[in-house]
Amino acid sequence: MSILVGPETKLVVTGLTGREGTFHAGNNRRYGTDVVAGVTPGKGGQDVDGVPVFDTVEAAVEATGANTAMVFVPPRFAADSIFEAHDAGIELIVCITEGIPAHDMLRVYTHLRRGTARLIGPNCPGVLSPGKANVGIIPASFFSQGNVGVVSRSGTLTYQIGNELAQRGFGNSTIVGIGGDPIVGSSFIDIIGLFEQDPQTELIVMCGEIGGDEEERTADYIAANVSKPVVGYIAGFTAPPGKTMGHAGAIVSGSQGTAVAKAEALEAKGVRVGRTPTQVSEIAADVLGASAPA
Amino acid sequence: MDLLEYQGKQLLRRHGVPVPEGVHATSLEEATQGAADIGYPCVIKAQVLIGGRGKAGGIKVAKDADEAEQHAKAILGMDIRGLTVHELWIEEASDIAAEYYASIVFDRSARAPLVMLSTKGGMDIEEVADSDPDAIARLHVDPLLGFQDFHGRRLAFEAGVDADVVRPVGVLLAKLYDAFIAEEAMLLEVNPLIVTSEREVRALDAKVTLDDNSLFRHTDNAALRDPSAEDPQEQMAKERGLTYVKLDGDIGILGNGAGLVMSTLDVVAQAGGSPANFLDAGGGSKADAIVSAVEVILSDPKVAAVLFNIFGGITRCDEVARGLIEAFATVKPDVPFVVRLDGTNDKEGRRLLAEAELPNVHVEQTMLGAAALVVALAKDRERLTA
Repeated sequence: MSILVGPETKLVVTGLTGREGTFHAGNNRRYGTDVVAGVTPGKGGQDVDGVPVFDTVEAAVEATGANTAMVFVPPRFAADSIFEAHDAGIELIVCITEGIPAHDMLRVYTHLRRGTARLIGPNCPGVLSPGKANVGIIPASFFSQGNVGVVSRSGTLTYQIGNELAQRGFGNSTIVGIGGDPIVGSSFIDIIGLFEQDPQTELIVMCGEIGGDEEERTADYIAANVSKPVVGYIAGFTAPPGKTMGHAGAIVSGSQGTAVAKAEALEAKGVRVGRTPTQVSEIAADVLGASAPA
Repeated sequence: MDLLEYQGKQLLRRHGVPVPEGVHATSLEEATQGAADIGYPCVIKAQVLIGGRGKAGGIKVAKDADEAEQHAKAILGMDIRGLTVHELWIEEASDIAAEYYASIVFDRSARAPLVMLSTKGGMDIEEVADSDPDAIARLHVDPLLGFQDFHGRRLAFEAGVDADVVRPVGVLLAKLYDAFIAEEAMLLEVNPLIVTSEREVRALDAKVTLDDNSLFRHTDNAALRDPSAEDPQEQMAKERGLTYVKLDGDIGILGNGAGLVMSTLDVVAQAGGSPANFLDAGGGSKADAIVSAVEVILSDPKVAAVLFNIFGGITRCDEVARGLIEAFATVKPDVPFVVRLDGTNDKEGRRLLAEAELPNVHVEQTMLGAAALVVALAKDRERLTA
């Protein structure tokens, strides 16, 4: 098992005909992901390396049975694209786009939460279940199948930590980038809840960063609902207040959202927090001990 | 993006929020003329993006032309907590019967706009929140429903505003909400929101933060950005499309991906160093982006050593190495560089660097090793130049 994406994934890519869309969807396909369709209004009937392109998501779903959408369109069109995928009955929408207006995400989030569809992102690297499927831009070659589930607000930091885990012999059930925006479709809590239910996942690594209070809320959730060990990491101890550190959501506002507060909240609930990416892998090795493959 | 008070007031006025009449001035002549146009008494207000203007002497009442000139002269060029005053806003003095507080914040935690109202206006609202949290009425608005009349009434009654202004305060909150949505604000704060002796409700101050990601559809608001008010390095980085934040230290940092760069700053600080900046060269960084980034980092004279921390995903380490080699040819840095390349095409990147034999460039394999080395090099250099 794994979570969110796997052999059952049938992927439709909005923005497939764009440069980035073509490149990354091609990578996903070569990895073994079943990329069934692309959507670009006005380009219906064409194909990209044999993947049929449709004018609407609805037409793509009807013709191919797509159940997962990857949104790869520019920020000003992204909310519309998410709404369209949702309207077409897609169950899982992964939005890679960075720079979506915050008010667009207010409406997207509120609307989607009223239904059953799940949104991952935006401003995220996507979801990778090693050996099964890759939806997004995570460089899959660094990761192998295993028992560590990773959920993170950051892309490259995830690769860094994943790579340190790999060097110690740990693979991953699924790696989920939930995104670096102030409002994202799925929270740490949503994803950790899925890892808790996933038989392949034996340890959960969560990578948080400054801004908001998701990590603090997650600490409470873990204490009440999660039986599997969780190891944490928080980036941004040296970030000054009031400055946006790259990710739109990574900002300490007044005394709110500091790395110290997040690390303390997690530790207070028994979650061990590594102070460096290397320390995260050390703690993981310590927790999993003999269950790590040699 | 933060707006100056007068820009915020003009934005609110466009949405029907009552604000005092005022005039903008950037010189003593404009200020005295503006005061004469407004009439006396008037208020001369420093326009800088920082709180505590009143305490710093940046807001003064003038009862006649002489006083107006005197205050304008004193405030123009004044330093308020590190910011120089270049602009004034001169407005009619308001006769205040009551001071309230009103705001709408983009509450990311609740994923909804949060409207707040309090009768404890004119003071630091965070202090009120700490000392007397019940004095602030709060209401989250469903973004798909919008602000309804009853929301305004509920807030006004709950906050305990004077009975005769319950309706006008509610109406003002509705207009504030219109402005919040239409202008895609992250924060609208009116402190104080006043009731005049004629029982009129108006916004006496305006603090407005807009969403940078939405400025493409608000070109009027985007044009309000004043690049001269920004840090020179940050301005230079923005022009080159780089994400850069200036910090206080002496170790220049470049990485790819916001999370990895934040983590790099932390690891350098843990190793005893002090980062000079945050710079995310972004995913898929090409050689010319690296050259630009090196120029921005080295334009900060405090930088004594530079750390490149790259974990290649979409970014290819050989491209980063090419960029660095090009940067050495054009910029000719005289500070040591520590380069850690890992991930996509890392071997090729390290080979290119080894072949180029760049002066004072050290290649490290791990993030922790690289951080330790750059801290030691920065300290060595300080010792040499001290």
